[in-house]
Amino acid sequence: MTEQTTPENLGIGTDEWVAQHEKRLSRRAGLLGIVDFLNQKVSPLVRYLLLAIFAVGFGALVHNLYLLRIAANLAVFLALTLGLNVVMGFAGLLDLGFVAFFGFGAYAYALTSSAQLNQHWPTYLSVPAIVITTAFLGYLVSLPSRRLFGDYLAIVTLFFGQVFIQLIISSDSITFPGHEDSVDITGGSNGIPGLDQFKLFGYTFKTITDYYWLLLVVVALLLVAITRVDRTRVGRAWRTVREDPLASQSMGIKVNNLKMLAFIVGAAIAGLCGTIYAAIQNAVFINGFDMPLLTLIYAAVILGGSGSIPGSILGAFVMSVLPEILRVQNYSEILFLTVLILAVAALSKGWKRFGFNASLVILLGLLVKVISSALSLATTPTSTWAVGPVSKALKYWLLMPANRILWGNIAFVLLIALIANYSIAKERVKFYLLPLIAFIAIFVWEVRLVIEPNTTRQLIIGMMLVVLMIVRPQGFLGKTRVEVL
Amino acid sequence: MTTPLLTLENVDTYYGAIHILQNLSLTVNEGELVCLLGGNACGKSTTLKTALGMVSPKNGKITFAGEDVTNKNTSVRVKLGIAVVPENRRLFGPMTVLENLKIGAYVRGEADPADLERVFELFPKLKDRQSQLAGTLSGGEQQMVAVGRALMSRPRLLLMDEPSMGLSPRLVEQSFEMIAGLHQQGISMLVVEQNANMALSVADRGYVLQTGRIVLEGKASDLAGHEELRRAYLGR
Repeated sequence: MTEQTTPENLGIGTDEWVAQHEKRLSRRAGLLGIVDFLNQKVSPLVRYLLLAIFAVGFGALVHNLYLLRIAANLAVFLALTLGLNVVMGFAGLLDLGFVAFFGFGAYAYALTSSAQLNQHWPTYLSVPAIVITTAFLGYLVSLPSRRLFGDYLAIVTLFFGQVFIQLIISSDSITFPGHEDSVDITGGSNGIPGLDQFKLFGYTFKTITDYYWLLLVVVALLLVAITRVDRTRVGRAWRTVREDPLASQSMGIKVNNLKMLAFIVGAAIAGLCGTIYAAIQNAVFINGFDMPLLTLIYAAVILGGSGSIPGSILGAFVMSVLPEILRVQNYSEILFLTVLILAVAALSKGWKRFGFNASLVILLGLLVKVISSALSLATTPTSTWAVGPVSKALKYWLLMPANRILWGNIAFVLLIALIANYSIAKERVKFYLLPLIAFIAIFVWEVRLVIEPNTTRQLIIGMMLVVLMIVRPQGFLGKTRVEVL
Repeated sequence: MTTPLLTLENVDTYYGAIHILQNLSLTVNEGELVCLLGGNACGKSTTLKTALGMVSPKNGKITFAGEDVTNKNTSVRVKLGIAVVPENRRLFGPMTVLENLKIGAYVRGEADPADLERVFELFPKLKDRQSQLAGTLSGGEQQMVAVGRALMSRPRLLLMDEPSMGLSPRLVEQSFEMIAGLHQQGISMLVVEQNANMALSVADRGYVLQTGRIVLEGKASDLAGHEELRRAYLGR
């Protein structure tokens, strides 16, 4: 028997693998490395401070009502995301009825503050009452759900969410026993317009700016509260319920009670958001509280990293600002190209390779352009498509065929096929595939997708989520999952 | 004079229609290390779960420290002083070592720094690894965290479910040295084990379980010399 000596003189029988844990941590290269580095180096306090300065500065300096409205909606959305992060991120409960609590808060405010039932409660009474009622509703929903996990819980809560919607829609003509006429309570699918504005401490909220400041306070308080809870024993216990409910129970943790608590907290936050949202919108409509919103909130939580508070903030920003940006062709063009360049940079794993790939893409475009003009193929005149600064810059490089729809569709199918193949291709093939995919992506975007912004928006968001889930399943700022083996 | 700490009297436990524990009676006295031996699927883990209140028996009576806990939930029993080191350790992988330890003290409120110090004294290695995620530890270290986590609730009785499972022979030895050490500190223990040899070497008394019934009980030294048992479990 011969003993082999290793350079570091490893001892036999000791737990070297773990002993060298710190040494063997590798750093990511390239762009992802920078993201990781910033994520580790910038302290949370500095991050929140920057965020606060930005938010306050935005409110003080911006007087554009459209922007302020977007910002206010973002704040509501952010608060909702934080609420769902408690339910799903901390406690791990897949609650698909979450938006119903939001809707309930909004409708409850509408009913207590409009001509609909001729109720005009003072804000300091209605809002707390609604928050408490929504929390109680959360408790009621948690009763049948408290022994369920995962998909079973999802189905039951989805049911409650849909029941809420149906109840609101059909409560526009209710005949009470002993009465002839039917009563319109919720306005059905017409909603309830003309709500009272908030009136707090003798001040009546008039403009969107007022609500912006209110929301800033609400979100700040929520952030402080949730961050604190996350660090206490309840926060820890929630995480154990998420990771291993059985082990959690054996530690003496009342798993069912903690799940119910998560439901109640989430519902209360959603209810509060609902009241403010209703007041901002000055009206409530049931279709605002259905699946599309639920999907967006879930996307925000997952995108940012389930269970991570900074992740929720990031996710909420991306998911609410992105659709607005994508509405405008110039912005969406810039955004698309930026994301594409970042993606190529990330996949290049090193700046040299990135430079090589970029020049290959440029060459490819020129080559196609030269060949097509040599064959004198019909093209769309540049004046009709090169409108924004980006496309104006691209017109010297990009081929724009006459039949945009046909060529665009062909390239689109080709693009998807290539992307699907990319992940399973060998390194050598990937080397050439990446610039080709990048070029075709730009082609498809300019030729075909730019014409249909609405479809494109959904497509882009969907694609972003898919790519993110493959590259980073834990979300942008989520913690890597570590299984106990 | 020995005072019984945990007693199970004529306990019947069912999983649905399956009768698992059949008229099982068992006692752990104050300061005693009792081992529960038996082959696969004979109800060893179920006995621990019944003692901890994770499953409730259909008939029978469970007392802990003189108190009838038959209808008390796990949380109450942990508060009274029962703690468990679960099978396969069941750590919370994405949480740090420190958080895992703090969770052990959940029923007592916020973790007492003195308790943490005591665990770190027992397992100095864990002190260096406090902020490491539990799932990234080696098997032996995970075992330390699992025992430390259980000790954080200041238990009077420690239930251990297969402490040797998934560990290398040397770590199994270390594991049982640790068990013996804890026993010397005065902690009562009920150890469920397939490795009968190891378990009997540290235990005061032992029970042998077969298809949900106690078939043999006695002093550990007597059991180790028992002809039938040796043939069945000790492989000699």
